[in-house]
Amino acid sequence: MTVRREPATPVLTVEDLSITFTQRGAAPTRAVDRVSFEIGAGEVVGLVGESGCGKSVTALAVMGLLADRNVEIGGRIAYAGTELLGLPRKRMRDLRGADLAMIFQDPLSALNPVVPVGRQITEMLSRHRGLRGRDADAEAVQLLGRVGIPDPERRLKEYPHQMSGGMRQRAMIAMAVSCGPRLLIADEPTTALDVTIQAQVLELLKDLVETEGTALLMITHDLGVVAGLCDRVNVLYAGRVVEAAPRHELFGNPVHPYTTGLLRSIPRMDGDRGVPLNPIRGSVNDLVAWADGCAFAPRCDRYELECLAGTPAVTELPGVDHEHRCVNPPGTPAVVR
Amino acid sequence: MSLLEVRDLKVHFPIRKGILLRRIVGYVQAVDGVSLSVDRGQTYGLVGESGCGKSTVGRAILRLNDITAGEVRLDGTDLAGLSTGAMRRQRHRLQMIFQDPMGSLDPRQNIESILGEGLAAHGMGGSRRERRKTLIDALDAVGLSANALARYPHEFSGGQRQRIGIARALVLQPDVIICDEPVSALDVSVQAQVLNLLEEIQEQTGVAYVVIAHDLAVVRHISDTVGVMYLGHIMEEAAADDLYAEPLHPYTKALMSAIPVPDPEVEAQRERILLTGDLPSPANPPAGCRFSSRCPWAQSTRCHDEIPALIEVRPGHRVACHWVEEIESGEIRPHEVEAEMVPASEIGVEIPTVEPPAVP
Amino acid sequence: MNLPGTATKAAKIDRLAELSVSSSDVRGRSLWLEAFSRLRRSPMAIVGAVIVSAFVIVAVAAPLLAPHDPTAQLWRGDVFPNRSIFVGPRAENPLGLDHAGRDLLSRMLVGARQSLMVGVVATLIGLSVGALIGGVSGAAAGMGRRLGRAVDSVLMRFVDMLLSIPALLIAISVAALLGPSLTTLMIAVGAAQVPIFARLLRGSMLAQSRSDFVTASIALGVRRPKVVVSHVLPNSLGPVLVQGTLTLATAIIEAAALSYLGLGSPDISRPEWGGMLADAQRFLGSAPHMALFPAVAIIITALGFTLLGEAMREALDPKLKK
Repeated sequence: MTVRREPATPVLTVEDLSITFTQRGAAPTRAVDRVSFEIGAGEVVGLVGESGCGKSVTALAVMGLLADRNVEIGGRIAYAGTELLGLPRKRMRDLRGADLAMIFQDPLSALNPVVPVGRQITEMLSRHRGLRGRDADAEAVQLLGRVGIPDPERRLKEYPHQMSGGMRQRAMIAMAVSCGPRLLIADEPTTALDVTIQAQVLELLKDLVETEGTALLMITHDLGVVAGLCDRVNVLYAGRVVEAAPRHELFGNPVHPYTTGLLRSIPRMDGDRGVPLNPIRGSVNDLVAWADGCAFAPRCDRYELECLAGTPAVTELPGVDHEHRCVNPPGTPAVVR
Repeated sequence: MSLLEVRDLKVHFPIRKGILLRRIVGYVQAVDGVSLSVDRGQTYGLVGESGCGKSTVGRAILRLNDITAGEVRLDGTDLAGLSTGAMRRQRHRLQMIFQDPMGSLDPRQNIESILGEGLAAHGMGGSRRERRKTLIDALDAVGLSANALARYPHEFSGGQRQRIGIARALVLQPDVIICDEPVSALDVSVQAQVLNLLEEIQEQTGVAYVVIAHDLAVVRHISDTVGVMYLGHIMEEAAADDLYAEPLHPYTKALMSAIPVPDPEVEAQRERILLTGDLPSPANPPAGCRFSSRCPWAQSTRCHDEIPALIEVRPGHRVACHWVEEIESGEIRPHEVEAEMVPASEIGVEIPTVEPPAVP
Repeated sequence: MNLPGTATKAAKIDRLAELSVSSSDVRGRSLWLEAFSRLRRSPMAIVGAVIVSAFVIVAVAAPLLAPHDPTAQLWRGDVFPNRSIFVGPRAENPLGLDHAGRDLLSRMLVGARQSLMVGVVATLIGLSVGALIGGVSGAAAGMGRRLGRAVDSVLMRFVDMLLSIPALLIAISVAALLGPSLTTLMIAVGAAQVPIFARLLRGSMLAQSRSDFVTASIALGVRRPKVVVSHVLPNSLGPVLVQGTLTLATAIIEAAALSYLGLGSPDISRPEWGGMLADAQRFLGSAPHMALFPAVAIIITALGFTLLGEAMREALDPKLKK
């Protein structure tokens, strides 16, 4: 697959997005710090990272699901030129579902358990596309068939708990794409599924992007999923994009020690079994506060005093579309503690 | 003879219905005739998707499930035939590492009592002082310091908790450790630490592992021999390198082709065998070959009415498929499979992980 | 880019330690301690604790605090017992006199002692009997053997039976057997709580029995009874403690309700809030203060225990709080 970079307005623009949670009596915690990325039509952009890296919070912010007085959102989120931050609730509700749609990790908790799957889809169709009665039913059947659910007429009347995990996830995808959204956000859509089912769902998402030209924001912790699906990858660590590049560039020439560390620590199906894994030491809880420097420093083999001199700046590699936030990237001599 | 030998293990859970009498209306054949063996210092990896019975095998080896039929021989002693008391006295030889590093440590006890419990139960470890020393050694072996003893599980990160779980298993110096999804609940960057630790411990102590996991890459990395399970049966078993170099069973092929590799070049070239449909319910598995309902190579004869035996087709490489040679030679080509839905009524069947509940 | 590697290793490590956000400052604090420290910081718990301790102090020190003998008739020349004229709050009797000319404040203070006793003893009866049944049932069911399941079944059906009889009926039956007295009141109120505690503890124990740490203990070779005592039970007690605190509130209210119906102590020297309410009912029109003060006291005390119980629930299960 080739990387498609559209010169036209991107479907989604996120610029310097910062999200801070404030709590009475506690110091505010920043979950996301100056995250920027764009997604064009028919493009798949990945946000990769481990627990607590801010990937899901970013998705919720884009969907306008973070509006709370305990959350401060800074920066810019624009959908096809429309600023989403500060948009009236009503407008946001209209956009959500119709233009922006989201798929969650656990379809069982995201679907309404007491309403048949078919009705949940027809409700979306009537709300956003004005389809009623038979027309809505027919369209719902067509959608369920589209996502590969066999015997869709019968499935319409079934409740979420009557379906298997894979089928539920498909039903949720059907619901998400029912109104032809231009942006689809998938938050760990396959993490709860078995591998053979995961392969089916990933294939389905790929197909949707190719045929409908949907922009897809893929949120995952699985670098394998990213390698197979995403055109462009943003690696997040503790709320910051530490490295961003098109996938071939990122996997072929990773720069940030966190990215390289991750790649070297995952056992690979096609790797040499004799070579021991090279783990990153410590855990994601060992952090340095942002204002003080690189959050990854406590776990990094290349850590130097410079790493703790404030927020690491974005460095762009010359000639390629590849940027990172490492103060002391490989190439300069590594110092192993 | 091997250190641990499981022969023709069967674990069938009764499905009960009714409020008062709880009649048995059927059985879930969670494990149906599994055999495997592990030697000292070796690792047997058991992979499969949810509901394939791999965890049940692990629990049955530890007699945490009732065994319906078959033998579990540890150094020649059949554990399946032991009385509850006799089994309890054997337990220090077999240990377990759990998936959930939080749930497997009692949140109300400090690390010292969590680690020391096994020693106390078997009257091992000698004096208080010696016992403490043993615990500190075990913590040291997993890379934690002695000051962890006074602390509580919630004060550690996920990776550290998993290390404590490993230390608990090590304290009794077992011959075999069953590792049930030892890394799947951990952050990616921490998984490798735990995998390396497990390997290190094996090198030092010669303990045998049975590693149960859904992640083939993890299992392949750590195992010497790998068995692939599907709906209670082992479909294929081979040395780890052979299995990955040359998967012979259609299910293994499909499973391996479904696993994403973190390398876009490899991903782009890979040929995917996309299985259609869901995993059938273990309460109502397909007749004949368990994989026949989803197999792209399934034939109209034999596959649907005759359960294939696990036969050695290459040295050390056993496969349970009627048509393995024909598929390898290209005589049988894959075909489209109509996706079969698992009837909704069957999904409702809850498969008990433990029956009777593995509870005091 | 300036040359890295110039700083000494020690300086680097120091700087890192200085800036690191340590995720585990707390060392060696058990969950009970953690819960207690959360409790101490909860405003709800503080208000509850203040009310409850005031109540307890009053109850304990009642004879010292009471300005008058609660049984003495304090009529004065301006009032005649045969004419139903009531004395409301006045300087020497801040809450006024009751229908028999006794000082209401003194009776309230002494009554606090009775109410506390009824509440505590009734709750203890309910908790101990209920926890015993629930604990045996939970342990038996957890054993998983045929006999265990049978024991569990029998006990639970018994509990279901208790649950289906209204507390009032139990109370009246007990009163019929023992005659109306404070003891009757306590047994009746306590009996009504038994099924709640039994079901709660059993459910909680069954849930804990399925947890991995219990399986781990069994795999270590720990004897089953020891597993129950050292793992299952301690992890199941939280909800029971919370329920116990909440029950103190309901027990006081229920005791009041039962004595209102005349099932309480007939002994006039030991007034009880519910009984006082019952007395007041006849004079509601002409002497509302007689009903008002005991009623308010019951409400505030019940509120105090409820607040404390809710705060405990939150403290023991921080996930609940958002």
